[in-house]
Amino acid sequence: MANHPLTQLTLVRFREFLREPEALFWTFVFPILLAAGLGLAFRNRPPEVLQVGAVTANLAQSLRTDNRLSVRKFTPTAGLQALRAGKIAMLAAPGTGGVIVYEYDDTNPEGRTARMLADQAVQRAAGRTDLVGSHDRILREPGSRYIDFLVPGLLGMSLMNSGIWGIAFTLVDSRRKKLLKRLVATPMPRHHYLLSFALSRLLVLVAEVGVLLGFSALVFQVPARGSWLGLTVLCVLSSLAFGAMGLLIGSRVQTVEAASGIMNLVTMPMWILSGVFFSAQRFPDALQPTIKALPLTAIIDALRGNMLQGASLMRLAPQLAILGGWMIVCFTAALKIFRWR
Amino acid sequence: MSAGPRHAALRIRNLRKTYKDVVAVAGLDLDVPTGECFGLLGPNGAGKTTTIEICEGLTEPDSGDVEVLGLHWKSDANRLRQRLGIQLQETQLSEKLTVLETLRLFRSFYHQGPRAEEVIALVQLQEKQNSRVGGLSGGQKQRLALACALVGRPALLFLDEPTTGLDPQARRQLWDLIERLKLAGRSILLTTHYMDEAERLCEHVAIMDHGRMIALGTPRELIASIGVEHIVEFSAGGAGRRLDTEPLRNLEGILDVKSGNDSVLLQTAKLHLAVPALLTELDRQQVALTELRTHSATLEDVFVTLTGRHLRDE
Repeated sequence: MANHPLTQLTLVRFREFLREPEALFWTFVFPILLAAGLGLAFRNRPPEVLQVGAVTANLAQSLRTDNRLSVRKFTPTAGLQALRAGKIAMLAAPGTGGVIVYEYDDTNPEGRTARMLADQAVQRAAGRTDLVGSHDRILREPGSRYIDFLVPGLLGMSLMNSGIWGIAFTLVDSRRKKLLKRLVATPMPRHHYLLSFALSRLLVLVAEVGVLLGFSALVFQVPARGSWLGLTVLCVLSSLAFGAMGLLIGSRVQTVEAASGIMNLVTMPMWILSGVFFSAQRFPDALQPTIKALPLTAIIDALRGNMLQGASLMRLAPQLAILGGWMIVCFTAALKIFRWR
Repeated sequence: MSAGPRHAALRIRNLRKTYKDVVAVAGLDLDVPTGECFGLLGPNGAGKTTTIEICEGLTEPDSGDVEVLGLHWKSDANRLRQRLGIQLQETQLSEKLTVLETLRLFRSFYHQGPRAEEVIALVQLQEKQNSRVGGLSGGQKQRLALACALVGRPALLFLDEPTTGLDPQARRQLWDLIERLKLAGRSILLTTHYMDEAERLCEHVAIMDHGRMIALGTPRELIASIGVEHIVEFSAGGAGRRLDTEPLRNLEGILDVKSGNDSVLLQTAKLHLAVPALLTELDRQQVALTELRTHSATLEDVFVTLTGRHLRDE
């Protein structure tokens, strides 16, 4: 068993991975650093008090009744300057005919919020009462924070990077070194060589996913609400899909430089478009179908569905289909054009 | 058609291979008897590597018949691969694996063969057994490559330029190894552009140039065939006095005169006559001798005689 060519080849893949410090860094340490850094930078903070300006003392006093507003009195010119400089989110001034003029940038959420709070304060001070009573219940649950959104994105990105780079790089380097040529001169069954990549990848996968999710759960209490079986299926399928892409990229290229170029060309657009760091919905509608068809988008959407919403595999069928499609297409193409020399 | 009870280890008939517009092999016929070390000697570009890679099943010929161990690549590829040992011209094995791990990997491909540790002992790499390939010297890497070729107990070994790029000591170590393999009765086809290697290791040598075989025989036969037994190489003259080489042709015992950059080469079958005659002539021309060397004719000289060029382009 230990002397079976597939066992030996898989062992070789492992050893090459474990003995390459750079690979270990990018696979295990880098995603954690990203998660920690971004999670810290974008952590939820207590609601900020908004800075606003008022031109008359009366207005200032009305506005101060809402303790979510911090009010300063300005002359009209000074107030306008402060607004332009971003020091205040909104400036309130009396206009003609007894109305109040609110000056603010409506594309800025802080400006819009300041305006609404200010108007509410002014109306209440003028005697308006609410016809319908209300009371707030604050919800701060894990699952809706930025870090919860981020971790599945980082996991998907990590799966893509290690799937594509690990395989393509090793293949191209072995071909360049004539190691592939040497192996093909032996009785080694050729499919064993390719299979060893898949096997070793799946085994490393367990550690890779475990480390990132374990870290996130421990430090940030990022939830994993979906079934673990579902999570496993997702990770395995995406590994195979990205592995197939790596195989395709590495199937003919002769130099490491060319391979790096192609890999960057393929992966970098996905880092930006697939919703790793921010929602892909922010891109224009015309782009959405293309974005949804990308393999990284598919796995990240599926991971978010599984981890944050506990979605079943049935519900994630579209994403599974996209990943499966990429895997089959890339694998078949790779087999057709693969060069051992 | 086998001669005697054994098949030839290798039989090539009318082999041709062309790459784009370069003719690599132009009609080659070859027989390597079992249990012999056979050499393909020739300069770079002679077609040696193409020929050996066709025999190894790595390249397909355009036409011609290649029979290896009585089998053919088209029909018996898997069987053949089990029985051949191959050392490529430049292999770099995986740098991060140890010697033992590398050999265990190669051993796993073969149905039968010695244990990896035994082959390591055979090539004398025991101290480096657990060292990474990346940390081996050039000679050690070649010994490891040879070990990889031996790990399936092959019936026929193909060695493509096994000592190119090695320092003299490493070369000698590798030669000792190959000689021990010969003594054990293995069949070996070896390509090289070093004439000393071919002379020392090979029972028969085929000299190749531009894709053709231009001479075949034992090293002794080949050297005797050019009718020259010794080469005298000398430099003479200096500022002012230049040597006239024409009269040298008529001197006693001298077969041919070739002028090089700084030196002159005389071919002779009678050293004891040629040297005194040379000295007398130099004295007559009043030209001073600055350097004098003689050596027995080698395969290099055979090559120069046949083609006018050297085996190694300087």
